[in-house]
Formats: sequence, C-alpha cells, structure tokens
Amino acid sequence: MVKRQFDYEDKYKNIQNKIRELEELSGTLDFDLSSEIKVLEGKLKSIRDQKYQNLTPWEKVLLARHPERPTTIQYLDHICDEWIELHGDRYYGDDPAIVGGIGTFNGMPVTVIGHQRGKDTNENIKRNFGMPHPEGYRKVHRLLKQAEKFGRPVLTFIDTQGAYPGAGAEERGQPVAIAQDLMLLAGLNVPIISTVIGEGGSGGALALGVGDRLIMLSNSVFSVASAETCGSILAKDPNRAEEMAAALKLTADDLKSLNIVDEVVPEPIGGAHTDPLETITRVKEAIARNLYEVMENGGSFAEQRYQRLRSMGRYNIIA
Amino acid sequence: MLKRSFGKTKYIPVPQEALPHRPPKPDQTVCPQCASGISAEELRENFKVCPFCRYHFPMTAHERLNWIADPGSFEEWDTELSSCNPLGFPGYDEKLAEAREKTGLKEAIITGAARVQGYQVVLGIMDSRFLMGSMGSVVGEKISRAVEKAIERTCPLITFAVAGGARMQEGMLSLMQMAKTSAALERFHKQGLLYISVMTHPTVGGVPASFAGLGDFIIAEPGALIGFTGPRVIEQTLGQRLPERFQRAEFQLEHGMLDLVVDRAELPAVIGQLLRLHLGGNHG
Repeated sequence: MVKRQFDYEDKYKNIQNKIRELEELSGTLDFDLSSEIKVLEGKLKSIRDQKYQNLTPWEKVLLARHPERPTTIQYLDHICDEWIELHGDRYYGDDPAIVGGIGTFNGMPVTVIGHQRGKDTNENIKRNFGMPHPEGYRKVHRLLKQAEKFGRPVLTFIDTQGAYPGAGAEERGQPVAIAQDLMLLAGLNVPIISTVIGEGGSGGALALGVGDRLIMLSNSVFSVASAETCGSILAKDPNRAEEMAAALKLTADDLKSLNIVDEVVPEPIGGAHTDPLETITRVKEAIARNLYEVMENGGSFAEQRYQRLRSMGRYNIIA
Repeated sequence: MLKRSFGKTKYIPVPQEALPHRPPKPDQTVCPQCASGISAEELRENFKVCPFCRYHFPMTAHERLNWIADPGSFEEWDTELSSCNPLGFPGYDEKLAEAREKTGLKEAIITGAARVQGYQVVLGIMDSRFLMGSMGSVVGEKISRAVEKAIERTCPLITFAVAGGARMQEGMLSLMQMAKTSAALERFHKQGLLYISVMTHPTVGGVPASFAGLGDFIIAEPGALIGFTGPRVIEQTLGQRLPERFQRAEFQLEHGMLDLVVDRAELPAVIGQLLRLHLGGNHG
C-alpha cells in the first residue's frame, strides 16, 4: 500500500520526546547520562539530516502536499511590504482558489497572483482545495492585462493539484480559459517570476507558470499529471503512484537538470512548514535575485521569454 | 478500490437506443451509433460518416489530409523529428516503436503546407492512433515550427486536433509544450494572421487548453468530446453523474466554447468560406 502521508517528522519527534524523558528521568534518579544523551541526540540529528537530503520523489510529493505548508497568502504577507487583494473576473464570479492583487516588493509595485489552498477542511472547502475554475483563470487574465498596462512586474505562486475537474468548470470553458492565460503570459511585456511553493499539477498549475524564471522550493514538485493519475492511466493501478513519482521526474532537482527550472531554493531541514518564516525569506531572496537579473538584462521581455519557451522539449533528428 | 471505500456507484452511460436503419450484412462496418451496416464504398464516399445517422468515424491523419487538402498540394515538413525517451520512462520506447509500427507514422501529427479550397494554408493534422494523439516534445515542436512558418509566409493556419492530453511519458517536457505552442500562436495572432482550429473526437486535456483552444475560430465535428478533464475522470474523482451528452460538441456549442459544429460533409465549404471572408487570410 502506498504511503499517503509524510509521517517521518512525527516519528522523529517521538524519539526526541523519549530522549527528553530519559534526560528528565536521569536527573531525578541521579544517573548522569548527559554524555550518552548528547551522543543519542547527535546521532538522531544526523539521521534526520540524512533523511531530508535523500527524500524519495514520492516523499517529496507528500511533503509538497503537507497541510501545514505555507500558502500563497502567507508568502504575500511576508514578501510584500504591503498588498491589496483584488477580486473577480468581471464575467462570472470570484474564484477563491486563486488570489491576486497588487503589492510592493522591496518598494516596487508588482502584481501578485497565486493558487490558494486551505490548511484545514473548512478552509479547503472555501478555497476548493486550491483547484481553480475558469473564473479563476479569467481573473488571472484580467490582472495580467492590468500589470502590463501599468508596467508592473508579475510574481506568481504555484500551489495546486490542478484545475478543478468538475462539471461547472467544463461548462464554463476550462480549457480555453487556461489556453488564453498561457498565451497572454507568453507575450506580456513585463517581467514574470513564478515560484512553485507546493504541488504543481498539470495545465491548471502551468497557467500561472509561464514566465521569465521558474523557481522551485526544494521539496515542491511540478508534474504533467499527478503520480496517482499516471498510475491509473499508464499502469492501470493508482497504487503504483510511488514508482510513477520517480519515473515522472517531478522533483525540483530533476526539473533543474531538464532546464525547466532556473533555481531551486533549499527548504529548512524538515520541510517548509517547520520554519515558514525562514522559507519565505529564502524565497523572497531568490525572487529578488531573479527579478532584478531579468530587469537588468533589459530588452524585450516577451522576446527573451519566447526564446526560453521555444527551447523546451527533447527530441531526436532522424533523416 | 477507492470507489468502493467511498461507497460511490459506478456510472455507466446508457448507449442511445440503437436502431439499425439498415441491418448490417457480413463484411460491412457496423455503425456504433445506429447499428446500421455500411459498405466500404459508402464509408469512403461519405468521408467516414455514417450515411444513416451522421455518426463521424475517426479519420487517420492521412485520410483527413486527402479529404481536406487540394489533391497533390501537400508538402510535409519536419518529418525528421522523432520522439526520444528523455526521462527514461519505463515502457515508453516500446510504446513508441509499437505506435510507429502500427500507424506507419513517426508521430501523432503531420504538418506542412497545402492548398485548401484553392487557398494556400499551413496544415497540422493529428492522429489518435499514435499514443492517443498525446502531445509530447515532437508534437509541440512540429506545431510551433508550423506556426512560425505560417508567420514567415503570412499564411493562415488550420489544425485538426484529436488528443487524449499531454504525453505523460515525457513528464514536464510535455506540459511545457502547452506553453511553447501558445507562445508561438501569440506571435502569430499579433501579425493579424488567421487560425482555424478544428476539434475532432476526442480533444481533451492539454491540447484544447493550449494551441487548439487559441483559434480565431474553433469548429468541432458533431459528437466530438471536447474538454479539459474527460468525463470518466470527473465521474471517478468527484462521484458526479454527468448528463449523457456532456462535453460533446453540441453541448460545448450551447455553452459558448465553439463557433460552429459542422458535419464533415460541409466542413470543406465552411473552411473555404471563412478563408474567403478573410480574403485568403494573407493579411500580414
């Protein structure tokens, strides 16, 4: 059976608690175990460090989906000096699975857009588990147009299992809504920096991910389809998700070596959720570095982005 | 298994009442919609449409090419592009070899220059027999090159899509083809050029959510399934029962996603009319 939750940290904490108990106990019983405890703690720490440096792709999928992982709004609250959320697609509704607005990044006005999932069941119901409808993608479209009009760079944050696979989404033109975002992003004449902060799933994630630079957190994943979906379709068995996760090359490091990702931002040991502020600070630094580089390069952003996108793909030439 | 644990009932679409208009004889193709028998000659004459109920049979890329392009006008491009297995995905090499063997095609799309209804156009025609018409690096590259050549030649573009989605075996490289083809079309549209996108059965996933969804005109064949998520996945993941003709071309026309649903017998004339109304599409 495939593991569904990343429980390593719980096991680790359990052992740590036991060590602490031992420490307390040895104090009250007048045994001096402090040196042994130190050895034990050192050993535990090195095992943990080892573990987090050698996570399997599937473990990264589970970490990327960790409910406590920081979400887009948390990033915006810390990355922007100030920001204001804007709503609605002007046609149908406001999609709570996508947040967007204007903020300042190191003093510079930027347009910010990201998938927004919840951290608990109630929030997730409100946010539709971060899975957007067409109105979400049309809100993105509107905010992108606005960014171009006012010459603001765009920062996007990717964190979705995918576009919502529901009847209403299909009735309102999900594929075309996504396609139109992809096309608009490709030609937008302002810098666009995208960051994958959790799980990036399929076209519903890519609709926010066509930019000048793609940054990924070290335990985030980005995939053409979820490992479970690939398991069901290719291997006719969703329980083969674990091996599919490895075969799909969906980790940040894999995608860096495929030249799809420009920078991998290391998460704190234990994952982004164990130290959200540190994680967000690192992401902010990476965004700043990439954004300023793109801006300094000058020239046409759309032209450079085109060359970047045009190089995507691997094939043989056989006469 | 998942289904059982959530206690959901599997929804099996009830086929339309099949009443043969003409009971089939041996050697005849049986129409899956009306159960009539159709002779090979009738099928050819009707461009693989059932003469009784207008069911549209799938067409291979070359059948479609011979039907839509003016005779002898097609010049194929980029035939040397061939898929590799960039991720070392288990079983992909075998699947590619099998698809090449079975179809005689190198990939799921043929592209090139042709005349349609007397007008010079750039054509892209997909073939569902090649790994479900899925889009990987080669399909994305061929489309992007075709779009770029259409820009160079200030020529209209016509694509016939049939697709099961992005090709999973090439992982994110496949997904990025959505971005690449959309980027090429962004330039194309800025030049004021004409793109007619025809969606045939089925066109789902990354293809309608990228290049095929970006036509100035989006036309579908009758009965074609068109959407982002296929109905089976929607029903399985959400336990939602879907209406019978959900996501079919007629449904999508009603919901505003398509310009037209056109019978195969009428389509060449309709494409000709659109080209004429754009003065041949050479606006560059």
